[in-house]
Formats: sequence, structure tokens, C-alpha cells
Amino acid sequence: MSAITNPVTLTPAAWSLPYRGKVAMACLIVAESSIFTIFLVAYLFYLGKSLSGPTPREVLEVPIFFTICLLSSSLTIHLASKFLERGKRAAFLGLWFLTIVLGGLFLFGTAREWHRLIYEHGLTISTNLFGTTYYSLVGLHATHVIVGLLMLTVVLIFGLAGRVGLEQARRVGVLSMYWHFVDAVWVVVFTVVYILGR
Amino acid sequence: MANKWKIERAVFVSRVTGVLVIVAGVLLAAVLCTAKSVPDNPIPSIFDPRSTPAHWIYHLSLFVLFVTGLIFAVVFSLLAYVIVKFAHRATDSSNEPAQVYGSTQIELAWTIIPILIVMVLFLATARVIHAIQDARPPDTAVEVTAIGHQFWWEFRYPALGVVTANELHVPVSDPAHPTPTFLKLLSADTDHSFWIPQLAGKTDLIPNRVNNTWIDPHQTGIFLGQCAQYCGTQHGKMLLRVSVDSPEAFAAWIRAQQQPANHDEKESAGRRVFETNACVNCHAIKGTGATGTFGPDLTHLMSRETIASGAAQNTPENLRLWIKSPDAIKPGSLMPAMQLSDADLDALVHYLATLQ
Amino acid sequence: MSSDAIAIQATEGAGRPWVQTLHEWITTVDHKRLGILYISYALVFLLIAGIEAAIMRIQLMRPHNDFVSPQVFNRMFTMHGTTMIFFVSMPVLFGFANYLVPLMIGARDMAFPRLNAFSFWLSAFGGFLLYFSFVGGSGLYGAGNAPDVGWWAYAPLTARAFSPGHSSDYWTISLLASGFGSIGTAINIIATVLCMRCPGMELKRLPLLAWLNMIMSGMVLITITPLSAAQLMLLVDRYLGGHFFDTQAGGSAAIWMHFFWIFGHPEVYILVIPAFAFVSEIIPVFSRKPIFGYPVMVVATVCIAFVSMSVWAHHMFSIGMSSHSNAFFALTTMTVGVPTGIKIFNWLGTMWGGRLIFKAPMLFCIGFLFQFLIAGLTGIMLGSAPFDWQLTGSYFVVAHFHYVIVGGIIFALFAAFYYWYPKITGKMLNEGLGKLHFWLFLIGFHLCFDLMHIPGLLGMPRRIYTYEPGRGWDTLNFLVTVGAFIQGIAVLVFVANMIISYFKGEVAGNDPWDAWTLEWSVSSPPPAYNFATIPTVASRRPLWDLKHPEDPDSRYE
Repeated sequence: MSAITNPVTLTPAAWSLPYRGKVAMACLIVAESSIFTIFLVAYLFYLGKSLSGPTPREVLEVPIFFTICLLSSSLTIHLASKFLERGKRAAFLGLWFLTIVLGGLFLFGTAREWHRLIYEHGLTISTNLFGTTYYSLVGLHATHVIVGLLMLTVVLIFGLAGRVGLEQARRVGVLSMYWHFVDAVWVVVFTVVYILGR
Repeated sequence: MANKWKIERAVFVSRVTGVLVIVAGVLLAAVLCTAKSVPDNPIPSIFDPRSTPAHWIYHLSLFVLFVTGLIFAVVFSLLAYVIVKFAHRATDSSNEPAQVYGSTQIELAWTIIPILIVMVLFLATARVIHAIQDARPPDTAVEVTAIGHQFWWEFRYPALGVVTANELHVPVSDPAHPTPTFLKLLSADTDHSFWIPQLAGKTDLIPNRVNNTWIDPHQTGIFLGQCAQYCGTQHGKMLLRVSVDSPEAFAAWIRAQQQPANHDEKESAGRRVFETNACVNCHAIKGTGATGTFGPDLTHLMSRETIASGAAQNTPENLRLWIKSPDAIKPGSLMPAMQLSDADLDALVHYLATLQ
Repeated sequence: MSSDAIAIQATEGAGRPWVQTLHEWITTVDHKRLGILYISYALVFLLIAGIEAAIMRIQLMRPHNDFVSPQVFNRMFTMHGTTMIFFVSMPVLFGFANYLVPLMIGARDMAFPRLNAFSFWLSAFGGFLLYFSFVGGSGLYGAGNAPDVGWWAYAPLTARAFSPGHSSDYWTISLLASGFGSIGTAINIIATVLCMRCPGMELKRLPLLAWLNMIMSGMVLITITPLSAAQLMLLVDRYLGGHFFDTQAGGSAAIWMHFFWIFGHPEVYILVIPAFAFVSEIIPVFSRKPIFGYPVMVVATVCIAFVSMSVWAHHMFSIGMSSHSNAFFALTTMTVGVPTGIKIFNWLGTMWGGRLIFKAPMLFCIGFLFQFLIAGLTGIMLGSAPFDWQLTGSYFVVAHFHYVIVGGIIFALFAAFYYWYPKITGKMLNEGLGKLHFWLFLIGFHLCFDLMHIPGLLGMPRRIYTYEPGRGWDTLNFLVTVGAFIQGIAVLVFVANMIISYFKGEVAGNDPWDAWTLEWSVSSPPPAYNFATIPTVASRRPLWDLKHPEDPDSRYE
């Protein structure tokens, strides 16, 4: 049976499969969700168990403004993506830039909060269980924001150089999936740390 | 000719595997039988229970072994049958056999039956879990606190004011008037596990956590076990001895342990060596100034049969070797080599030998 | 035939400088070459971890032996476990998946060839880093120090206080690296199966190997990451003064166990599901019948994937959880045995009514069936929590999991080697040596691991570098060591077979086994582009349809 080459029997009408970029990003999001879940579980498990030091209630201030910044950036990136799909490059670039600014503002807010926590309240990662779990969880999220901003900036640079057009719309869509994920994680972290945990 | 070989080979396969199974079974049976008839309990077999929790586990295990044995017999027979009956023979036609894709009824049957088996096994299991874990200590219970260290066991009897190490004494428990021993399990450093197979299943000692276990041995004697959770370099020699005593012997042992250390004037030189060296940083001897808790309490050192949590017999020679060079007995243990002169060492050992 | 072999052979003439060949292999993004790299890498580590096992077995051959010190022994069992799981089993299974999945679904390569290469080299780096610890991990004694905390690295043994030096860090970082590599490959496999199938290959026509590797990859995404998270937490504790597992600061040792075993239990299903995949491809071909109950095989595997994520604390029955927790995990553990058992019945159903051909691949599959059955049953025993209170932490558990991994997974892997080596190299493995390998390995395996259950039943804990004489463990340990060495000899026979057959083996041709999936429709080895024309399929067994046009599967599906 060595002469079998191409088993052609019938040709189906249309054979369309999902876009591999979207599938891969969805898988990455699943994996990242799993990592965040473990850090969230650790945070929740250790609530109230610190033997010393500042408690969440004493030191945490709800970062409403910066949260609004981050969540609005989901809207701007969604709009940017849509404009790109319709070939409206200028609108895409403007909204894309706005997304980066909003994300940057959020990071600035986190940095300011950490500065206050460390220098005014003496809360560091090694102070107590709250410090360890808080900085790890929020820090993990912030790291993902930084990576996202770097990727967004790369696209911005290519966009300004005129190299992002309709053909890249799918890939830009994949990156915006990642950004939506980062925002969704913040919704959960925000609820657990600043609302439930205080 | 070649095909006859194929059939015979297939039959050979199933016969060999069957033989292997029987051999394993015979060995197991031999081990189980011999375990029961040797006195003084040198073989810590889980199938030789001498205490209620171990008995309950033993009976559950027989039931589980019976059910799984049955499943094995059925499936193995099917496998052996299939191998023999459907082996390819040269006399077969060159057509392929009937291409069967599946059968809903058969698949349903072999889904439902295992689910029922799981339910039965689970109910039997849950019963024993609750019986053992939810038992509450009666008033007659002896309460012991066991603290795991790298690489020795600390035993305290808080209500009786006794502190000892490595060798646990408990009273025998008469089923009619039970006097079980309930142990609170703590750890001073890493994870350990308290396991005396003939008396109970194992329970871990975990830092910052309080665990509980209980035993009610029905016979006197010495029972053996050891640490069953890897805790570092000398996990392998963190042995356990449980001495189950008659009520009178237990009471006598308690009384002796409650006394302060033997004070023998002849050995004051040795005691001075002990008190002026680093020994007091780790060890306690009741009635002297030594109150260290990092190492075992030595007040009644000579009442123990072994030293270094079972790593060596408790003889003056071994004591001397242990103090001079612990690595010769238990390399990696946290006892430091004490760098004493021979004269000091001899005096010290003479002193320790008086701590009955 | 010749059209398939359109010569991209120009560069493969003799006399090419070896540097060029080396460069091609290092920079390759071809799934077939990466598959071979993964498999070769795994075989090298198999030999190394095998030597570690041999050292342990020599030490345990008799009581109070002093072949190695306790420090060295503890490093041996840590490295043996870590290597076998992360640098032998995972790579070899990913290697076969990499090689076979695109061929079986009619694709030219994986969805992301460069990610494929990156994932391999990242994982490979992890292995080298772990072994560098022997020279680089500055411990208390100044010399190199491999990790000695066990492959589970329980807290607080891994805290700086109890593990000074860097040995634990080598464990942590090398596994973080290989973990991320595994996630990359898992993403690649899922994207490949979902997005690169040839026309006509609907998911219900996907070969079981592709299905099961996709399910396994989904599990990798969800369960390797808890280990990565826990390892990041451990690094925070060791280097940033964190307290995740610091019991002195109110932290919990048990939470490390939960995080580890949430990874650790599904991990063993991640290892066994590709083994199921091999067996599900090989048994039908050597029984001359299709797999019995294809849909149920898929559904049962998905069930296993889900249920296996709810059983993890059966590794923690002795840590003092409440009776309700223990009962819950006992129930889920026994439940996962149901879909697993069903698969055994489906394989038997495939063989029933067939015409069984007892060549080497099939012999190893039969060994797999027998041993996986026993392993599953000892697993049920361990799932009964009170019984587990006696069995856990003892040599019974060591025997059980080696029964699964060696008796199950390695046997299935040997079957896969004998079955697909012809496709990969174009030569058949020698059947006589294959049978010798099988019987030697079978005898050695049973001598070693059947007997190993007994010292556990007689109270012998695991991870001890020596033991007391006279507890009934002495002779058994000696015989276990003998069995281990017999297995070692069998593996050497296998390695010799692979080397000899590469040069002197019988030419395989496209389809030496008269099989039915797409990889057998191309030459052996396949051309770099896999298929000259992307095929179109109408059933689960496209080559059966071609060979039996009067009775194609497409009529019945």
C-alpha cells in the first residue's frame, strides 16, 4: 500500500477555520487567568491573617480615577480597532494613542499609591502577609499593563510610520484582546482588594 | 509454522503474566502471614493492626482490596481471552474483520456499573473517615503533645508535667474501659509525619498548624514507626518507638519522668562539663540550670533504649561517639560535634549515664 | 510517488560541512525537526535520570548501606523526579505531538513555527539550568549543590532558613522556564488543531491523537500555571522577604501543597493522556478494526480533564484536613476512575473481534493495558482516604505512580517508538530486538515494581536514604534493585536497536503497518513540506476509504 498520495474524495463547499491569532491569544488569556487566580486565592486566604502591621482598611484608598482611566482605555482600544477595520487610519492612530495615555495614567496612579504606602505607611512586600500578597497581586497586574503598553507603543510606532493598515487589522484585534483581558483582571483585582478586602 | 508461533506466543504472554500475578500474590500472602506470627512487633505492617484506628483501616482495606481484586479478575480475564481468541492466524481470510464502530448499550453498561462501584466504595470510605477523625477524647484519655523537629520527636504530657523525646510511652487500652492516647501534633520547623503503622494511619506535623490523632493499643509491647514526610537530610533516621505499657508500668514510668534529674555527687565533674559548655544552649535537664529546648530533654536520658531518635542503641560507647562525632551516627543531624577533650568527654558520659 | 519527493534535496548532498547541518538544526522551525529535537533531548535526560535511579537503588539494596551520603541521596530523588517529569516525559510527549499532529491533520506545519522553536529552546534551557546546579549552586559546603527538597519542594523546607544557598532556586527557575515553554507549545497545539485542519476534517473526524493532545494542551494552560504562580511566590519569599509560605509570619505550609497539587495532579493526567493517544492509534491498526466508541473516547477524556482538576488534595489526606474535605476528595478521586476505566473497556472492545497482530507496538500496548489497569486499581486504594493514611508517604505510593508512569506511559511510549520510528527515519526497528526489549523490560518492571508495593505495606516510608534491618524490607529492596537493573539493560537494548536500525534497518516505505491516518500517505521520512497537495478527507480513516472504496468509513459516520 505504498502508492497512496492524495486521498481526494469530495470537495466541501466552504472550509473556513478560526483565525489562529485569536485562538492563540484566547489560550494565553486562559493560562494567564489561571496564574492570576492563584494570586487572588492567596490574597483572599491571607486576609485577616497578618500577625502585625498595617491592615487593608487602615491604608488602602480606592483608586477610582485611575480605574476609570484603565477601563476607558478598553473602550478606546475597541473603537481604534473598529476604525482600523474600516480603514480609517487617522482615527485609529488617535484612539490608539489615547489608549496608551490612559494606560500610562493608570500605571502612574499605581506608582503614586505604592509610594504613599511605602513611605507614609511603611507597608512593603516584606512587612506582613497583607504586604506580600498585595504587592504581588497588584504588581503582577501592573507588569501585564507594562507589557501591554510596550506592545501598544510598538504598534503606535509602526502606525506612525504608515505601516499599519487593513491587512494588520486582525493582528491589532488580537492585541486588543490582550488589553481587554488586562482590564478585566483589574476589575476582579479591584473588587477583591479595594472593596471586599477592606 | 510462523502462525502457530504467533498463537503460542500469545498464549505464552497471558500465561506468563498470570504466573507473575500469582507469584506476587504468594509473596504478599507469605509476608502477611509471617508478619502476624513474629513476637515483639519488629515488622510494622499495616495488615497487623493493634489499635482501633488501625483496625478500622484494616477492615476497610480488606473491603477495598476485595472490590478491586474482583475488578482486576474480570478485566484481566477479558484481556487474556481477547489475546488468545482473536490472535491473527494464517488460516484467517485475507479480508479485514468486521469493522465495528461501537455499541451504545455496551458502553452504557460499562459506565453505569463502575459508577455504582464508586458509590459503594465511597460510602464505606466516608464512614471510616468520620469515625476516626470525629472521635472525641474521653475523660480517661492520656493527652500528649508531639512536636516534630529536624530530626527528632519531642513528647510532652502537659497534664502530667512530663517532657521527653523520641520514645513515646502510652498505657494499654482495654476495649471495655478504654484509655486511649490523644496526640496533638505540632512542628517546630518543617513538615513531619507521625506514623506507627500498627497503631494508626499517619498524620502530619505541620508548622503553624495543630493536627490531632489518637491511638488505643490493645496489647503491650514496643511498636515501631518513623517520620513519613520528607523533612531534610536526616529524615531517614527520624525513627519512632512507642512503648505500650500496662497501667501500672505506665504509672511508674510517669512518676519516674516527673522527678528532677538524678543528682550524683560523684559525677559533679561531668555535670560541670555539661553546664559550662554549649550543651545548655540546646538541652534541658530538670533540676539543673539547663533549660534549652532546641534539642531533646535529657533529664531521664538513660530511661530510653535508643539515642538520636533511634539511630543508635543507648550505650555509653554510642553516647560518647554521638557527642564527639554525630556525623558518624547520623550525618547531617543538627547536633554539632562538641570538640571536647577526651577527659571531659569521659566525665560527661559518666554523668549522662546517671540520668535514669 | 515521485511527485511527493520533489527534491528540496539540493542542500542534502554528502560533503556538507557539519557546521551547516548543526546550524540548520539549531535554527529549524520545522515541526518534524523540532519533534526529533524534543525526543532526542528527552532520551538523553532519560538516561541521566535512569542513572540517578540506579544510584538510589544501589544505596537501598541493603539496610545501612553507605554507597552515597544522605545529602547525595536526597539530591538524587529530587533530581530523578524533577528530571523524569519535566525533562523526559513532557518533552518526549510534546515531541511526538509536534511531529505527528500536523501530519495527521493534513497541515504543512504547526500554527506558529517560530513559537514552536522558541518553546523548545526555552524548555531545553530549563533542563540545562537544572543540571548546572550540580556545579553552580553554591551551598553551605561551597561546592555545587543540586536541589534536595524533593520534586514537590514543600514549604517551609524551601525557605532560606532550611535551604540556604541556591539549590532550591535552580529548581524554581529551571521549572519556570520549562513551564513557559510548555505553555507555548500547548498554545501552538490548540491553534494548530483548531485552525490548520485540511478540508473535510471536521472535529468529529479528527484522529484521536490530535484530539487527545488538544485536550492535554488545554489542561497544560490551566494547570502548569498554578505551579508557575507558586514558584513566583517562592521567589518572592526567598528574595524579597515575602511571607507567602513563611509559617513564622502566619503563613501557611499547606497553601504551597494546595497550589502544588492543583498543578501536580492534573500534570499526571497531562502525561497519561498522550499515552492514551498512542494506544488509541496503535491498537486499532494491530487489531485491524476501528477504535471502539470514538465519540465516548473523546467525551471520556474531556471528563477526565475536568474531574482531574478536582482531586488534588488526595495527595494531602494526611495533613489534617477536615473529615468533610477528606470525604469530598475521596469521592472525586474515585469518580475520575470511571472515565479512565471506560477507556480500558473501549480498547478491549477494539481488540474484540479483531485479528490481533503481536508485533512490538502491540506487545507494548498490551503491557500498557495490563499495567494501567493495576495502576488504576492501586489508585482507587489510595483514593480511599483512611487506607491512604497508611499508604501515603510510603513505598506503596512510589510503586503505584511508577506503575502508572513506567508500566503505563513508558510502555505506551515504547509502542509509539516502534510504530512511528519507520515514519520518522524511513527504516524499521528490528523486530527481534524489539521483542527482546519487551520481554526484558516486562520482567524487570514487574520484579521491580510489583515487589515495591510490599515494603510500603510493611511500613517503609519514601525518601529515606537508608532503613533499619529486620523490618521485613531487606530482601524485597534487594530484589527491587535487581529488577531496576534489568529494566536498564532493556533500555540499552532499545537504544542499540534505534542506532543499529537507523543505519541497517529494513526500508519502511510509506505505510509499513497498513494503517489509516494521513501520516502514512506520505513518504518515510516525509518531505519538508509534508504534503505535495493538501488532502481532503471524508471520514476518520481517510486511507481506509482509499484502500476499501467498496466499504468506506464515510458511509457509516
